[in-house]
Amino acid sequence: MPATKLSKAAQDQASRVFDLDVSSLRELNQALHNLTPGSNETAWEVLHPKGSHSVAVGVDQPVSIDVRGSVGYYCAGMNDGAAITVHGSAGPGVGENMMSGSIVIKGDASQYAGATGKGGLLVIEGNASSRCGISMKGIDIVVHGNIGHMSAFMAQSGNLVVLGDAGDALGDSIYEARLFVRGKVESLGADCIAKEMRPEHIELLQGLLDRAGVTGVKPSEFKRYGSARTLYNFNIDNADAY
Amino acid sequence: MTYKNPPTTPRKSATFDDYTLSEIRRAAATGIYDIRGAGAKRKLPHFDDLLFLGASISRYPLEGYRERCDTSVVLGSRYAKKPIELKIPITVAGMSFGSLSGPAKEALGRGATLSGTSTTTGDGGMTEEERGHSKQLVYQYLPSRYGMNPRDLRRADAIEVVVGQGAKPGGGGMLLGQKISDRVAEMRTLPKGIDQRSASRHPDWTGPDDLEIKILELREITDWEKPIYVKVGGARPYYDTALAVKAGADVVVVDGMQGGTAATQEVFIENVGQPTLACIRPAVQALQDLGMHRKVQLIVSGGIRNGADVAKALALGVDAVSIGTAALVALGDNDPRWEAEYNALGTTAGAYDDWHEGRDPAGITTQDPELMKRVDPIAAGRRLANYLKVITLEAQTIARACGKNSLHNLEPEDLVALTIEAAAMAGVPLAGTNWIPGKNGF
Repeated sequence: MPATKLSKAAQDQASRVFDLDVSSLRELNQALHNLTPGSNETAWEVLHPKGSHSVAVGVDQPVSIDVRGSVGYYCAGMNDGAAITVHGSAGPGVGENMMSGSIVIKGDASQYAGATGKGGLLVIEGNASSRCGISMKGIDIVVHGNIGHMSAFMAQSGNLVVLGDAGDALGDSIYEARLFVRGKVESLGADCIAKEMRPEHIELLQGLLDRAGVTGVKPSEFKRYGSARTLYNFNIDNADAY
Repeated sequence: MTYKNPPTTPRKSATFDDYTLSEIRRAAATGIYDIRGAGAKRKLPHFDDLLFLGASISRYPLEGYRERCDTSVVLGSRYAKKPIELKIPITVAGMSFGSLSGPAKEALGRGATLSGTSTTTGDGGMTEEERGHSKQLVYQYLPSRYGMNPRDLRRADAIEVVVGQGAKPGGGGMLLGQKISDRVAEMRTLPKGIDQRSASRHPDWTGPDDLEIKILELREITDWEKPIYVKVGGARPYYDTALAVKAGADVVVVDGMQGGTAATQEVFIENVGQPTLACIRPAVQALQDLGMHRKVQLIVSGGIRNGADVAKALALGVDAVSIGTAALVALGDNDPRWEAEYNALGTTAGAYDDWHEGRDPAGITTQDPELMKRVDPIAAGRRLANYLKVITLEAQTIARACGKNSLHNLEPEDLVALTIEAAAMAGVPLAGTNWIPGKNGF
């Protein structure tokens, strides 16, 4: 949606709206970091991000932030409790190392979406590029579209749900993360295998789809992938796998 | 009459020496390369190959123990709102909880704080032991991102983006399953008892342009308060230093080949990277070429042992040094008091390097609750403080003899080299000559 440019005075009056055509990234992030528990400023809007990097990083209060446009690298990095929506696409590293809260990307996401995320929910309504969920450590990621190659590389825990297709080497060297893919998987990485969808996985996946606002899709349409656990302790006889 | 040939003395190959033969036999028997801790053990050109020129007539010395010789240093003055101010230019390098025991981390914090310097976390997150006992704590931002969280970022006094390590430039790590206690497993979000791989590269950036944006993100998260260090293994120090500066580092840390490690392949430790001595001049040159010498501070680590090493590194242009292995020894690692137990492990005090196996008799590189009890954090911290004070005094003694009222006033002109190799690496004259090999280019 088109955003209206706000004057500095207008921003001061409505302090929960930040126009990055007028204010700096530093002012935005500082204002977000100045929030204290119980603040009344619970709804924020960021206008004209125009691909800026590090928009709304390090937020640690349960506020909602709507970013009206596309962002560059590391948007919402290390988010801890905020509900952040990007009404556009996101550059590399969106939601990297997220602790809690939620991030919704209305468009597409570039590489490393949700990298090393520890918790919270990342929803990408478009496609995600390579290495989505790389080294994820507890985050839940739901991608409505496709994901690129080497996604969930060394993924430790959490859940990655993909409604579309996955690229090459999905889940290479995966630990205990769970991967659910509805479409085609180009290839599986080392130590990643297809696994049975048991009732608890159906229930878990339904919950994730519900939280991500996905309707008209059944958990039974997905396949589950995870670790074969053959590389958990080094053995020279497995050397060909490396 | 038959002629009997005289016997010859058995001769072993210099190429296939006893150690090499034992390694071949071990590899054949076990099917796995040797993984160990510590750093390079081969003899390398080092600070021992340099000598100071004390004052005589052409230089005027300061009075030892009477005239002041400043040791303080400020790190992170480029961008950070809150630079690190240290009393001594010797910091404690990053060593992870998981690799080290909790009491050992506490002791490092206690010793560093008593000495007015900083400690550094490692691959495994920040523990209360070290945050609670380190007045100034550098939080490492590592490829694995184990335990990484914004709360600890803000509790840190500086952030060190670790790109590489001197013992293994380009290499990741492996913490074997037997060291994974419940606490370590929880901190790293991994199942107990499995080998834990530490990545060799950061998952969410791929080059200097990305690093610049990553540093911006870390500054934004911490409101531009914390100095950002960038640590590289000593492989291409000129270019890596220049690119770290370009990416916005407040401080560049160059870790030479004699730097330690918790667990890496022996073949990697001994064959990848450059000696610390060889790393300094290119790193300083990069800063000088960019007009950033003394504006972006340079820390060098890898095999720093005594005050002479400290003084030589500073004379070559670094702002501070960092110690790892020496700090562990000061705490009590490889102490001969545990000789019988080292023998039982098939080694001897001074050579024990299987830090990854979790059976360290000194209780330092272990998670075994019984062994850990052998480290008294207060006493071990005191030993580290004593050691840091001694090597600072040693460096001051040398600086005064060179007529300097600050350790940072030492300069290459105060040094000569004993070997052509060291002269070329350090960029100082061969002793007795005015010849600096390679002066006109690398």
